[in-house]
Amino acid sequence: MTGSQAGSGDRRPELARLVRPYGDTTGDGRVQVSFTLPIPFGAATERSRAEGAALQLAGKMGLDPAMVVHAKGMGPDYTFFVVYGRVAHLVDLSQVTVVEREFPLLSPAEVNLRIRAGLGRKLVVVGACIGTDAHTVGIDAILNVKGHAGEKGLEYYREIRVINLGSQVAVPDLVARANAERADAVLISQVVTQRDAHLSNTRQMAAAFDEAAGPTGHRPLLVVGGPRFDPAMAAGLGVDKIFGKGTTPGEVASYLAAVLAPAAETAGAAS
Amino acid sequence: MQTRLNLDPAVVAEARDLAALAGQPIVDMASSHTTVSIERAVLRLAGLQGADSAGLPWANRLVDAVAEATGLQHGVALVAWDALITGGYTDLAQLAAAAAQGRVAFRIPAGADAAAARAAARDALAAGIGRIDANRTQRQLMIDQTADPPRPWIYLIVATGDIYEDIPQAQAAAREGADIIAVIRSTGQSLLDYVPEGATREGYAGTYATQENFRLMRAALDQTSREVGRYIRLTNYASGLCMPEIAALAGLERLDMMLNDCMYGIIFRDINPRRTFIDQRFARQIHARAGIIINTGEDNYLTTADAVDAAHTVVVSQLLNEFFGKEAGLTDGQLGLGHAFEINPAVPDSFLLELAHAQLVRELFPDAPLKYMPPTKHMTGNVFAGYLLDAFFNLCGMMTDQSILLIGMMTEGIHTPFLSDRDLALENVRYVRDAAGRLGDSFVPAPGGFIQQRAAEVLGESVGLLRRICDQGLLTAIAEGTFGITKRPADAGRGLDGVVVRADGYFNPASELLEADGPASRRAVLEVSR
Repeated sequence: MTGSQAGSGDRRPELARLVRPYGDTTGDGRVQVSFTLPIPFGAATERSRAEGAALQLAGKMGLDPAMVVHAKGMGPDYTFFVVYGRVAHLVDLSQVTVVEREFPLLSPAEVNLRIRAGLGRKLVVVGACIGTDAHTVGIDAILNVKGHAGEKGLEYYREIRVINLGSQVAVPDLVARANAERADAVLISQVVTQRDAHLSNTRQMAAAFDEAAGPTGHRPLLVVGGPRFDPAMAAGLGVDKIFGKGTTPGEVASYLAAVLAPAAETAGAAS
Repeated sequence: MQTRLNLDPAVVAEARDLAALAGQPIVDMASSHTTVSIERAVLRLAGLQGADSAGLPWANRLVDAVAEATGLQHGVALVAWDALITGGYTDLAQLAAAAAQGRVAFRIPAGADAAAARAAARDALAAGIGRIDANRTQRQLMIDQTADPPRPWIYLIVATGDIYEDIPQAQAAAREGADIIAVIRSTGQSLLDYVPEGATREGYAGTYATQENFRLMRAALDQTSREVGRYIRLTNYASGLCMPEIAALAGLERLDMMLNDCMYGIIFRDINPRRTFIDQRFARQIHARAGIIINTGEDNYLTTADAVDAAHTVVVSQLLNEFFGKEAGLTDGQLGLGHAFEINPAVPDSFLLELAHAQLVRELFPDAPLKYMPPTKHMTGNVFAGYLLDAFFNLCGMMTDQSILLIGMMTEGIHTPFLSDRDLALENVRYVRDAAGRLGDSFVPAPGGFIQQRAAEVLGESVGLLRRICDQGLLTAIAEGTFGITKRPADAGRGLDGVVVRADGYFNPASELLEADGPASRRAVLEVSR
């Protein structure tokens, strides 16, 4: 370490507020796009019309001038294009907004590392669908090794021990099992929303864990997921976190690691 | 086929013997148990279709009713056909509807009543198995009338969730060069303990496997096969809790290939190991009869474990799948054993390692229609680098004579493929096939060189692992996390409550037919231990 990375040693010019895409010259604005249009690319007239159509779309996308460098018919009805062009648009960096997540998104290896360092043992997760809900698709996508959306489920994480109780688990059974396993977190999936069953089930579960915790107030982290939950409702339902539609296993694992195995020294310094 | 690896035949023979030794106790267990799904498959083979108003199939309602009344230890057929005859019902659906309302007094018949029930059940199953046989004949007729595409067969996936969207996509893919169409199932279907009914238009990241969806797609592909002048094969998934039933439906609707792995559901879906092995044997007996090529799922191990470190677990699983498959009556030509091109491209000599692994599998199973899977784990979103990696996958597949190539998409892991992604992928494979399709003829790894050494090393590790599995028993090995990275105890996981010990006099008219005059399973076992 020479210290040359300190601010004073950074000789890069300050970032301009307004930038354009870079092809091979500053400010040339050149980009490449590819797309398909549902039009034929057969006879010569069709080909000319197809290229014209692609140029029109490129123009509307802000590419001017644009050049169709590749066009190919795919079957009788579709044409694929590769287009290069210069975009007129400017990027205003002062207007870029970054969605703040309250926890950093980590890779499985990073999650494992964080748990080893912050917890010093395996993190125990108990998962279930409670009440009469038999829709385990959500909880399984998060927990099964198979995972979801190209991400492996929590079972894949070496430092997480998963106990998946499956569907239609009674709340008292869930509480008992979570205590027996000394669960760090309990994951609940609720899909059925008839007569707001997902809300009443969740409240009932939270109350049961609070009651079991007794005067110490120590209970596992309660995490709920389902397509019809509003993530802002967590406190009102008595749980710690709600995940909505489209949540991936990596997000859940990152959240668990951030809350249950916080990196003491670097907390806040990252992101 | 020429040998390129100079493998020690004694080591290969030992590996096979060990696989048979490890697998036999599982076969014994499967032969002495039945499951709810096997019994439902019997009813489906006898023609039972349809569902109650809540969508629960009559097959489930009837098996559940019999299980509650008499238990399933004698098989559903004896009890159901007895009730059918004595109650005067016109068919199984009517019986199931009455049973669902609690209006049927089931009993275990004896004497002449039992004989009558067995005879009626045998007749009904003979018709169902006859339909499977007729489909097999029809498939051959279609191939004769069109053409069997040259290998490697190009395997493409459709997965819109809507069967009526899948059909034009599948037809377009076939016109663009696909030889095999696989319809991916809706997420989580493998965990449903029933098969949905009818044509479905809503699925999640896939389309439900139903008998009607099978029928619709096969009919559409028959039309396209005639149009393009080659037989387009249709694939679906017989994994999960309904493996036997889906196998039955595949046979009844002339599907051509089915995903059917001996351990996939256990490892990746947490389905109970016993349930899986018992279901699997019956499902494979149906596939054997139907002339269906099974696809095994070893590629999945490499998506969780490291593709170099875990290479031997793939070989071990293939040897087990071969043993179980042949015991169930499948021939070499029906064993589409799986493997994959999943080594981290940053590893030095990664392509040489891939060649060694792929060639090893080719030489261990010279007559099997091997299914080779493209990179997924190291497809990063850099679609340009991904396209290059897919080309190397295609090249490795050509050089090592793989039989079925699942075509890699440069947008793997980003979205379900665009039309253009698929077109570019086919362009990639066509280029490699035209440019280097005959490279295999001239591909001779240096004797004692890197590739030969690596292949021998993986084979040696496979024998070592098989020895360990034989010592501790396969169920214990699975419980201790030998495959994938997951520990799956024999008494945990989904579906164990659907496993039943057969009583003396257990009666399964489908098994009788499949084991009596199907491809002789005993002979196949002898072949394995040859």
